Amino acid sequence: MLKYLAKRILLMIPTLVVISMLVFIIIQLPPGDYLESYIAELESQGESVDPQKIEFLREEYGLNMPLWKQYLVWVTGFVQGDLGYSFEYNLPVSEVIGDKMWLTIIVSFFTILVTWAIAFPIGIYSATHPYSWSDYGLTLVGFLGLATPNFLLALVMLYLANRYFGTSIGGLMDPEYMDQPWSWAKIKSVLEHLWIPVLVIGTSGTAGMIRRLRANLMDELRKPYVVTGRAKGMGETRLLVKYPLRLSLNFFIADIGSILPSIISGAEVVAVVLSLPTTGPILLAALQSQDMYLAGSFLMFLAMLTVIGVLISDIALAMLDPRIRLQGGSKK
Amino acid sequence: MNQHWVSDKPFDPHVTAELSPEQEKFFLASQWQLIWWKFKRHKIAMLSMAFLLFTYGVALFAEFFSPYALHSRHTDTIYSPPQPVHFVHQGEFIGPYVHGWSYKLNMDKLVREYKEDTSKIYPVKFFCEGDSYTLWGMFEGNTHLFCVDYPGSIYLLGTDRLGHDMLSRITYGARISLTIGLLGILLSFVLGLTFGGMAGYYGGFIDSSVQRVTEIIRSFPELPLWMALSALLPLNWSPLWIFFGITLILAMLDWTGLARTVRGKILALREEDYTTAALLMGAKPSRILTRHMFPSLFSHLIASASLSIPAMILGETALSFLGLGLRPPITSWGVLLNEAQNINNVAVYPWLMLPVVPVILVILAFNFMGDGLRDAADPYHN
Repeated sequence: MLKYLAKRILLMIPTLVVISMLVFIIIQLPPGDYLESYIAELESQGESVDPQKIEFLREEYGLNMPLWKQYLVWVTGFVQGDLGYSFEYNLPVSEVIGDKMWLTIIVSFFTILVTWAIAFPIGIYSATHPYSWSDYGLTLVGFLGLATPNFLLALVMLYLANRYFGTSIGGLMDPEYMDQPWSWAKIKSVLEHLWIPVLVIGTSGTAGMIRRLRANLMDELRKPYVVTGRAKGMGETRLLVKYPLRLSLNFFIADIGSILPSIISGAEVVAVVLSLPTTGPILLAALQSQDMYLAGSFLMFLAMLTVIGVLISDIALAMLDPRIRLQGGSKK
Repeated sequence: MNQHWVSDKPFDPHVTAELSPEQEKFFLASQWQLIWWKFKRHKIAMLSMAFLLFTYGVALFAEFFSPYALHSRHTDTIYSPPQPVHFVHQGEFIGPYVHGWSYKLNMDKLVREYKEDTSKIYPVKFFCEGDSYTLWGMFEGNTHLFCVDYPGSIYLLGTDRLGHDMLSRITYGARISLTIGLLGILLSFVLGLTFGGMAGYYGGFIDSSVQRVTEIIRSFPELPLWMALSALLPLNWSPLWIFFGITLILAMLDWTGLARTVRGKILALREEDYTTAALLMGAKPSRILTRHMFPSLFSHLIASASLSIPAMILGETALSFLGLGLRPPITSWGVLLNEAQNINNVAVYPWLMLPVVPVILVILAFNFMGDGLRDAADPYHN
């Protein structure tokens, strides 16, 4: 197990290195840098720019170094927890990010929990009652959930809530708790607001998971060991819970890897629509204003979130399923 | 006791080898014929295909189907609600018509209020002359499917902030939104075929590096990456270039799924006898790939492509909605929805949300059609 764990974590490093290069290239690609657009903005307002100050800033942020050197500086800083400087906010990036990253993690985490809570019973029901009317109905609902884009659903819900309840469902906490330190009251307020984004973001993942769980469990139910169990007089519930369900549980955990990127993607746009204080709106603003270190840190964090999420699901899978080969070797 | 019964008909040793006309038709049918027969059995998929053909047809002839030109503004009817069509006037059926709009500015609530002016009747005319246009930039014309005479107006889905007719905007928007999906899939098709084909055929180092790259791309949340890439497009690019840029960005991250399908299939096909035969006859890898392998996996590819078109359409919609994708004057569904971002506005003028409907319908239709195609893709498999 330990060997597998070490191997898996070591494998993660090159992936993250490649991702960090990609992110760096992306944030460097726009012509010019933040300072140039800053100068242009100041000049358009009729203010004069002190060339010495600009030169100082450029020196300070290392913007005149060759690209590979800038990358190395950025990456080593990133590893040590120094995320660079946000030009837009005039603050270190880590302070701008603050608890936004945590809120994104909380939203994603709860989304996965809710996805499971909904997909599990429905998937089992559809698989044990295949081709019944209820199965068709649930499949249709699942398809609708899969096909309706998250942010459009958020938009529709925002409109309906505004129309029929006269309230705004945006935000992730009551306004009075913003910028307040964490307290029980604040946590309660967050939990009260959380369900809407969680449901909205969760729809597509839930639908996909129901469909895959159904297919998976139906395959299991056709296997000879189920027939054997039934032949020796095992009750249907016990038969289902004892073997096929346990097998599809594995799949359940493995599926995180496929839904996590889409959950995080969905969370970003939905956050913009519902104006959640997560990474979405700030990432959008940072991308638009070429605030490169801020945008880069966000992209990097989001990528890390998926990579680590997949890692956790792989480890959980290896612990649950003894058939998974830990030592690698030849494939079947 | 067992009784043996013997038929007294003359014995024909070829009876099992003879085929009924239907069987003969089935056995002689080409692969595509079989796929089509199998696909036809999937009713919802057929319905979706019909719907998509209709939508693409409307998009192709957007100039004709939309009652007004894309940029024609009606400044006296800004934020007009959808106009109801009536058939019966004072107990008498006189065919479809609309009433005139009388408009008042409500100064208390600061909204425009429209009321039907029942004294005015404008019958809806078909194949009539209206705003002039140039179809596909080539043919001059001014015939529209339907319109009403001046000074009447027909806004079936209302008008927007500048007095544009929403129905016309949605029709023109379909052209951009739907082609971006097709163009994007074409690009990612080429990328997926090239990389997946190479990975599957050569294996070894090429295979594992392509695999790693696709894994990394797939592990990255798609939308933030799309957002970052489209933020790169220079603001001073012409709308056409932005359009191609966005298509390229969408395709660049989307080909991985196709590459995986292709790789898996090629790995299997490489072991087939006819591949070995072609190899022994001295065919080059490119010939074996394109001539012998691609035809047999083409149906699968079309199925998985039709399942990834919706992702592209959605990607464009999401990006434009966020203001990172296409920008006016280009009109796509995402651009139209961008105006629906302000929820206070939408609460007063809910018809601004209507572009959501075609997006959802098209996405659903592509999903159902893709599902049917996937089931039909391998007609020799039961």
